[in-house]
Amino acid sequence: MRGEESGVPTREQVLEILEQVKDPEIPVVSVVELGIVRRVAVAGTQVAITITPTYSGCPAMREIEQDIRAALSAEGFDDVILETVHSPAWTTDWIGAEAREKLRAYGIAPPGPAEQGGLVTIARRRAAAVCPRCGSSNTSLQSEFGSTACKAIHVCNACREPFDEFKAF
Amino acid sequence: MSVPPVAGARETPVANPLFEYLLRLGDDRLVLGHRMSEWCGHGPILEEDIAMANIALDLVGQGSSLLQLAGVTEGAGRDEDALAYFRGEPEFRNAQLVELPKGDFAFTMVRQFLFDAYSVLQLDALQKSTFAPLAGLASKALKEDSYHLRHSSDWVLRLGDGTAESHARAQAALDELWRFTGELFESDAVDEAVRDNGIVVDQAAIQSRWQQVVADVTRRATLTLPPAGASASGGRRGRHTEFLGHMLAEMQIVARSHPGAKW
Ligand SMILES: [Zn+2]
Repeated sequence: MRGEESGVPTREQVLEILEQVKDPEIPVVSVVELGIVRRVAVAGTQVAITITPTYSGCPAMREIEQDIRAALSAEGFDDVILETVHSPAWTTDWIGAEAREKLRAYGIAPPGPAEQGGLVTIARRRAAAVCPRCGSSNTSLQSEFGSTACKAIHVCNACREPFDEFKAF
Repeated sequence: MSVPPVAGARETPVANPLFEYLLRLGDDRLVLGHRMSEWCGHGPILEEDIAMANIALDLVGQGSSLLQLAGVTEGAGRDEDALAYFRGEPEFRNAQLVELPKGDFAFTMVRQFLFDAYSVLQLDALQKSTFAPLAGLASKALKEDSYHLRHSSDWVLRLGDGTAESHARAQAALDELWRFTGELFESDAVDEAVRDNGIVVDQAAIQSRWQQVVADVTRRATLTLPPAGASASGGRRGRHTEFLGHMLAEMQIVARSHPGAKW
């Protein structure tokens, strides 16, 4: 029944609701944990949320916007302004330790540190991803472009299973 | 004594150079992204099919953001969809390099490599511009294009230094594409005018760094750089090869047949 009387939310309430909005492609982590939500402000009945896309062509962004509006609306908050910013550019470094553990448990190797500099990186050899299933570092990169923009495909040479990695970005 | 006119030297002043500049940036990526998307379902192996679809999506996404910004700059109420789907061929400002048909896999990868190497250098310069909306888009696109460059340069190495057939195809692609690369580094009144907007890109410096990267990769790929020669030009002023019109017809038909359609 939250918000039913006045429709005036607190910032904490809004954040709590946003924690329930998961990434449509990785339903174990929220848009807050992924760093997609950059800013939340509440003024009276109005909720202003700033988000940033993970990748320029991320097809999930529209869905994420709709999910955010729907989640707030379900709690009685319909006066929502959603703004998209591109700067500073989203980075996987914003994903916290807890969310990384959730990714691992879900079978996705969490990202390593985002690369700095190195403008033209040709034939670079990256550090091996750790298999989220058996923990082995004896893994091989199959492709830096996986089932979604944010994932790379690896195969574990120890347990022979293929796995996704949330690639450092 | 009269001085003979030099073709292209007399430029009519551009009404809105910033708009024009953003169209060039956006159209390069939209058109190349569309060409890359033509591989969807036709890749040589599944992983590569997925990779090309991802790269196409990045490029179309970058194009969309840049055209959106162009539309805002123009101030005539055109959004990214209006600019992508309701402009005719002479209104497109992409370099001719990106509009050429996708060709075989070697042609696609060599072209992508030539563009990626240019794009990361260009975006690096743009992310330092004081025009904040563009700097933001550039910093994001740069991260994506760094992945693209690693992917395309890996393929140039594999194809060039691969079998006799892959080598021959990669070399043929390089020979055919080479004369289209010069246009990327042209500089005209538009580049000059947007300096007032805080957009300062040293095309000559980018070109010299690009040449180093391309020479390094092609040498390791055992490919031979074609000699410098006449360069194709005109895309930045709306003069295109016969191929862009065909591509746009396909790209725009749904939007034009059902204007304002929602699904
Ligand atoms: Zn394993």
